[in-house]
Amino acid sequence: MKENFQVIGKSHPRVEGMSKATGTAQYTADISFPNMLFCKLLRSPHAHARIISIDSRAVQAHPGVLDIMTGTELTKSFGVLPVSKDEHALAYDKVRYVGDPLAAVVAVDEATAEAALALFKVEYEILPSFMSVEEALQPTEDPIHTYTRRGNISKEVNLEFGDVESGFAQADHIREDLFYYGASTHMAMEEHATIATTDDQGYLTVYSSTQTPHYLHKAMADVLGKPAAHIRIIAPTLGGGFGGKSEPFSHELVVAYLACKTGRTIKYVATREEVFYIHRGRHAVLMRLKTGVRKDGTITAMQYTNFVDGGGHASFGVATLFYTGIMATTTYKIPHYKFDGVRMFTNKPPAGPKRGHGTPQPRFALELQLDKIAEELGMSPIDLRMVNIVSPNSITANHLRITSCAIAECIRRVDSASGFSEKRSSLPPGKGIGFAMSSYLCGAGLPLYHNPLDHSQVMVRIDRSGGVTVYTGSTDIGQGSRSIHALLVAEILGLQQEDIFTISADTALTPVDLGSYSSRVTFMSGNAAIKAARELRGFIAEAVAKKLETPLKDIIFHNGQVMDRNNPGKTVTFPEACTLAEDHAGPLVTVGGYKPPELAGPFKGSGVGISPAYSYSAAVIQVDCDAETGLVTVEKVWIAHDIGRVLSLENALGQIHGSVYMGLGEALMEEQVTRGILLKAPSVLDYKTPTSLDMPPVESIFVEEPDAAGPFGAKEMGQGPILSVMPALVNAIHNALGVRIDELPATPEKILKALEDKAKGGSGRYGKTTEPSFQFSKPRKVARPWDSPYGEQEPYVKWQPEQSEVA
Amino acid sequence: MLRLPELNILTPGTLAEALVFLKQDGAIVVAGGTDLYPNLKRRQVNHGTLVSLAGVASLKGISGNSESGLVIGAMTTLTEVVEHPMIAAWYPALARAACLVSTPQLRNAGTLGGNVCLDTRCLYYNQNELWRQGLGYCLKSFGTICQAAPKSPRCFAVSSADTVPVLLALSATLRLTGPDGDREIPIEVFFRRDGIDYLAKKPGEILTAIALPPAGALKMAYLKMRTRNSIDFPVAGVAVALETDAGNKVTRARVVLGALESTPLLLEQATTCMVGNELTSELIDKVADMAGKAAKPIDNTDMSPAYRKQMARVLTRRALQQLIC
Repeated sequence: MKENFQVIGKSHPRVEGMSKATGTAQYTADISFPNMLFCKLLRSPHAHARIISIDSRAVQAHPGVLDIMTGTELTKSFGVLPVSKDEHALAYDKVRYVGDPLAAVVAVDEATAEAALALFKVEYEILPSFMSVEEALQPTEDPIHTYTRRGNISKEVNLEFGDVESGFAQADHIREDLFYYGASTHMAMEEHATIATTDDQGYLTVYSSTQTPHYLHKAMADVLGKPAAHIRIIAPTLGGGFGGKSEPFSHELVVAYLACKTGRTIKYVATREEVFYIHRGRHAVLMRLKTGVRKDGTITAMQYTNFVDGGGHASFGVATLFYTGIMATTTYKIPHYKFDGVRMFTNKPPAGPKRGHGTPQPRFALELQLDKIAEELGMSPIDLRMVNIVSPNSITANHLRITSCAIAECIRRVDSASGFSEKRSSLPPGKGIGFAMSSYLCGAGLPLYHNPLDHSQVMVRIDRSGGVTVYTGSTDIGQGSRSIHALLVAEILGLQQEDIFTISADTALTPVDLGSYSSRVTFMSGNAAIKAARELRGFIAEAVAKKLETPLKDIIFHNGQVMDRNNPGKTVTFPEACTLAEDHAGPLVTVGGYKPPELAGPFKGSGVGISPAYSYSAAVIQVDCDAETGLVTVEKVWIAHDIGRVLSLENALGQIHGSVYMGLGEALMEEQVTRGILLKAPSVLDYKTPTSLDMPPVESIFVEEPDAAGPFGAKEMGQGPILSVMPALVNAIHNALGVRIDELPATPEKILKALEDKAKGGSGRYGKTTEPSFQFSKPRKVARPWDSPYGEQEPYVKWQPEQSEVA
Repeated sequence: MLRLPELNILTPGTLAEALVFLKQDGAIVVAGGTDLYPNLKRRQVNHGTLVSLAGVASLKGISGNSESGLVIGAMTTLTEVVEHPMIAAWYPALARAACLVSTPQLRNAGTLGGNVCLDTRCLYYNQNELWRQGLGYCLKSFGTICQAAPKSPRCFAVSSADTVPVLLALSATLRLTGPDGDREIPIEVFFRRDGIDYLAKKPGEILTAIALPPAGALKMAYLKMRTRNSIDFPVAGVAVALETDAGNKVTRARVVLGALESTPLLLEQATTCMVGNELTSELIDKVADMAGKAAKPIDNTDMSPAYRKQMARVLTRRALQQLIC
């Protein structure tokens, strides 16, 4: 099917691109108000300590200081998930990691505020700290949090779909491995910043670098005890999020509270080091994976167990833990599947969601293990995948509904572009090539707090001169969502992207959107935008049809004209058409909404992982490894992504390049680790992310098989493409050197150790060999969709493929 | 953001004026500032007065010829060193080392003199105030013990300048100008095996020039180990320079290790072992082993000490191999 699009699929500059390229874009830290004050936070130098007293007299007496705040002033707890609201504006009972904020000072400028911080006198009672999962699992009288009533356990999940033991009994070959995936942080270019001010109605306006203005709005109203209508959240231009700005933060609440208290405008900008303490990055995960296969490679059962290092708060951790255990089935047919996982509180900066949210770690384990199984079975890694990949319009053992799925085509295209199948046995020593594949959701199927309403609403308004404005609550975090909204509306109204004015992420102006997380914006908010634009188009078309005395079905919108398709002479300009439409239908304002279908399965925890669609990716990476230094040079990366439909070509390429960049960092060098109670490297110099000189060429392949429910058939592409990068890289190292690095990052030192082991006659593996002793709870046994009581004859399928809003 | 503390910055126009300004209490010289400013922002050091050499024109530029050697003004930027045709032709290892320092932007600001005087580095020292407070500070900065080696009476911060091993291998001399005039010293006596008192520079002295003896038929190489291909300081560096006679026998040679100790390590044993002999692969292996043995890094940088020690050997071998190819 060849679509005839006017703007979709072409390369477009970002609507805000020039301002970013020329440095004129106003990020939160750039915004300034007259007589603005500055806030700094006092952060704990201890990993775990009770706050006995805080003496702030010297701070208050310091010239230039206007106010201070301690935790007891604002004690209502918050947290992004309603089940784990374990944070406070400022710690008041105890501090839980080095960097935990416990007091704030407001002064005439930043330097004064910083100088005043040193004058706080805090008496602490140092408590034993828990710096690892192993330590956190030890019995203790003084756990980090008490609300879970299970020591330092933040959350445990135990689920079994089918019966893994009977599945393993059917296997000809069973493989079990331990894998470890180190923690990493987002390293967004923009540090977190917040400004709170009061408007001329006396209401609070908060500018903040947030991916989720809506959730911040709710938390703000709740913690400050103010009506939501008296609070306005604006997310200005953001310099990256990657999950690190997707929940309410201490500094946001503190600054808002102090602005209300003092009646002044107050600004807070985190230092880079503070961003490492704010964190919410990738959880470190220790994983045990056991997979049974038949001789032909067919998977019969899989058992996955993991230990998740959560840091000092829950953050998104309950969801993260579920995500670690549920997404394997979206790529492979796994008839019996069991998952046990536990997330521990530790005295480190809280871990949370980072690009891929809880799924890169198990994906790493799974794709490495399949590579090993393929080797043992004498199969090509690709053939093994082909035997097991899921089919379109199917349902998984854990009740995830799969609709469009072009993974087979992704595999074929990436294989042929890279020459993987031929190269994997023909490259010279030291060079290697690796393969991996993955999938990701196009938006979470449920909101973070229970409600039956739209997840996204978008308003489109046309002014008297025919100017179109689209209002979306979603934040453009750099992923290009403003441009995508403009593009979708332009396509429908026969305009160009640059004809559309965009307003985003302002709770007073824009309709609700849950936020820029879970790869939901293009799919959900995009669909809402299409709905709104199509309704407007309908009004305009009717009015023009009447004016031109043409059948409605023959009206087309093209190049800024509204015309009769059969009679090019019968045409009006878009502004004229809008005037006709307003006369005909009244104010030209429409709002479209999107809510995903109800997909949750019949068990507790089934809300995580469901999505209106899944994207698929396959990656091949070629490396050159130096066996003496362990250094890995990535020569090229090929990624084929099941995108459904390319909306904006340049933007889609950017997401792939960004994913490769971030993925290679995690695979080769990045790690957020502690030395004693301190982060080893809380700086951009010492925390290693790749430089432009470390970035390989990338060949991006877009597989366009439109998804029936996606906006013009599009699916997500912000997170999916990263997932295959890390395992493909490590599989390539194996192909090059014959060693297995079962742990990320795969540093030169680990590679050399594996080579030494191999030289001594060992297996050439580097990785963990032990796991903490922990008795997991009995799993909840969940019937698979095709099991009784639904019966073989009547499979559990409560859904039908949806029809797109756009024909 | 991290901000500089309140400072007086003095901008002398002549060297004589700079020497006078430097007498002020707590004053320190700043060249490109790429090392000093971050350290000030993190409050690792405390200087109330900076004497900027940016306006002292006499400290800039490169002069000399193939017979006399080159004199490089201390305020010559690393970019100028990289791009200078005579350096590229006669001292390619120096151009290479300068080119491997940090990023283009920092090489445009950073100077050769600044790189020679680069503060020693340590993961326990190059940290922010809160971090060091959490740790209880360290010997080099407001504390009483070396956090990297708690039983040590001295500081183990690491000499991390890329150009220094090369300048040692080339037997450079340094011109120091103080209130009592100039003195010229061989570069190897400029560095001390102490992370705090790492330079043999007298109070009030300024490093004004770096002199390179004629290169003659010297062959040379510099290899650097680091995690990334840009930005990072070395975790091990090796500079080699040698000359051979018509019979292929080594007539002079120097092997210098960088970034493995508080001082650059000139391997005198390697010189003894090579001079008078042909540089065979056996000899190269022997020298490489010497380098591996001489390197005794401790765990205070990126990458582990064992790895860095191993790399001292690998890089030495590779650097010498480059010279016989």
